[in-house]
Amino acid sequence: MKTHLLAATLALATVSAHAAGNDIATPAEQIFRSGFRSDNPKYWMTRVEQDEAMRLCSQYKDNPPAKVRQKIELTQKASIRYPVDGKLIGDWKEGEKLAAVGTGGHIGFIQPDPPGRLRGGNCYACHQLAAKEVAYGTIGPSLRHFSKLRGTGDDVVQYAYDKIYNSNAFNACTNMPRFGLHNWLTPEQITHIVAFLVDPESPVNKD
Amino acid sequence: MRTRLHALVATVALGIGGTAVAQGSTMDEIAKYREMLADGNPAELLEMKGEALWKKPRGPRSASLEQCDMGLGPGKLEGAYAQLPRYFADTKKVMDAESRLVHCMMTLQGFSETEATKNWFSKPGQDSDIEALITYIGGQSNGAKINVPARHPEEARMAKVGEYIFYRRSGPQDFSCAICHGQEGKRIRLQDLGKLTSQAGAGAAMSTWPSYRVSQGAVWTMQRRLIDCMRQARWPEPSYLADSIIALEVFLQKTASGTVMQTPGIKR
Repeated sequence: MKTHLLAATLALATVSAHAAGNDIATPAEQIFRSGFRSDNPKYWMTRVEQDEAMRLCSQYKDNPPAKVRQKIELTQKASIRYPVDGKLIGDWKEGEKLAAVGTGGHIGFIQPDPPGRLRGGNCYACHQLAAKEVAYGTIGPSLRHFSKLRGTGDDVVQYAYDKIYNSNAFNACTNMPRFGLHNWLTPEQITHIVAFLVDPESPVNKD
Repeated sequence: MRTRLHALVATVALGIGGTAVAQGSTMDEIAKYREMLADGNPAELLEMKGEALWKKPRGPRSASLEQCDMGLGPGKLEGAYAQLPRYFADTKKVMDAESRLVHCMMTLQGFSETEATKNWFSKPGQDSDIEALITYIGGQSNGAKINVPARHPEEARMAKVGEYIFYRRSGPQDFSCAICHGQEGKRIRLQDLGKLTSQAGAGAAMSTWPSYRVSQGAVWTMQRRLIDCMRQARWPEPSYLADSIIALEVFLQKTASGTVMQTPGIKR
């Protein structure tokens, strides 16, 4: 009985919050979704589906109140999976390659990527990393001298892995994609990028 | 020790200096290239072709587009693009320049929608009448202020829908328009990004489309620009003239209102 009442109250709260804050959401969703061709492959259309974090971040324009923020960060933290061998530092040379690759994953009729095209982390789109790459973006902070500044302790390594796997575990609604959660990068590929960030021999730290 | 420290400081300074110089020169070169091209924007040829197409009797009804009502009355093109999208009572829809042009091609010239939109963008070896016509129509607003107050209830609703889509995150990279275009002074790789939620940022973007894109060797319309943004977000591409794209245009044009049109533009 008590449980039922609680559930009902919660449901009511959710509905009213939705109605109060966002009465455009329902028609806007309908307009957004009906803008796509009806003969699109089903797989393509999965890309417009939203998980809870996406829905909340959209609703609050990426600036959720503290309670929502905490909730997102907790659930996202719980999603992180590690490589089977438990090693979080891979090969920085592989990581260097992945950091530069911005292609892959484009779909559609006009200009899709060929199947099997390498997907990378596209890190340079937003971050400065190795000094020799001058074509870096500034949406994210500079990561040059990543471990030179932070050290190579287990906590630093784990943070780097977790942040790439699921950025929202630390900063709900950040601009950074959740590379591991979406299987955009495999856990092994993430360890290579971690190595690129933390290995003292990597150009991120050496140059 | 002291010497080593000095050497380190010198190395760091050199490192930073080297980066700044390399970056500065890349940006300078791009700026120079743009300046050079702006002198003879290839889009101006397309603008002339568009004018000829506008005036030529075409289609099953062998009619020109000169009586097309782009929002300011039949045949009145001057300043029309700068006031679009807007609500049209005859179709009971909010339409942008491209959907209105297609409407005129259908109602005045007798083209079917499929025929009218078949080549809505150009490819190497395949011209697009719509690109030429829109470049001409856009050019007729040169010097006019963007004016989309979105006061009609349907326009106001579309502006809200556009804002909703602007912040809507989805896909395997968690993208939305806002993550790249919601902050001031950022760039992706070396490309400067406009903050499209401010008048200045939206104005700089919206006032210069249609635009010749050097990297594509073609003029892109606003529909083409926004549909490709969605491709880059790793979503499926919306259909040409989809209401979702028109809604984004209303949101952006409303934000940009007051900015003077300078088309055709020239971009990377």
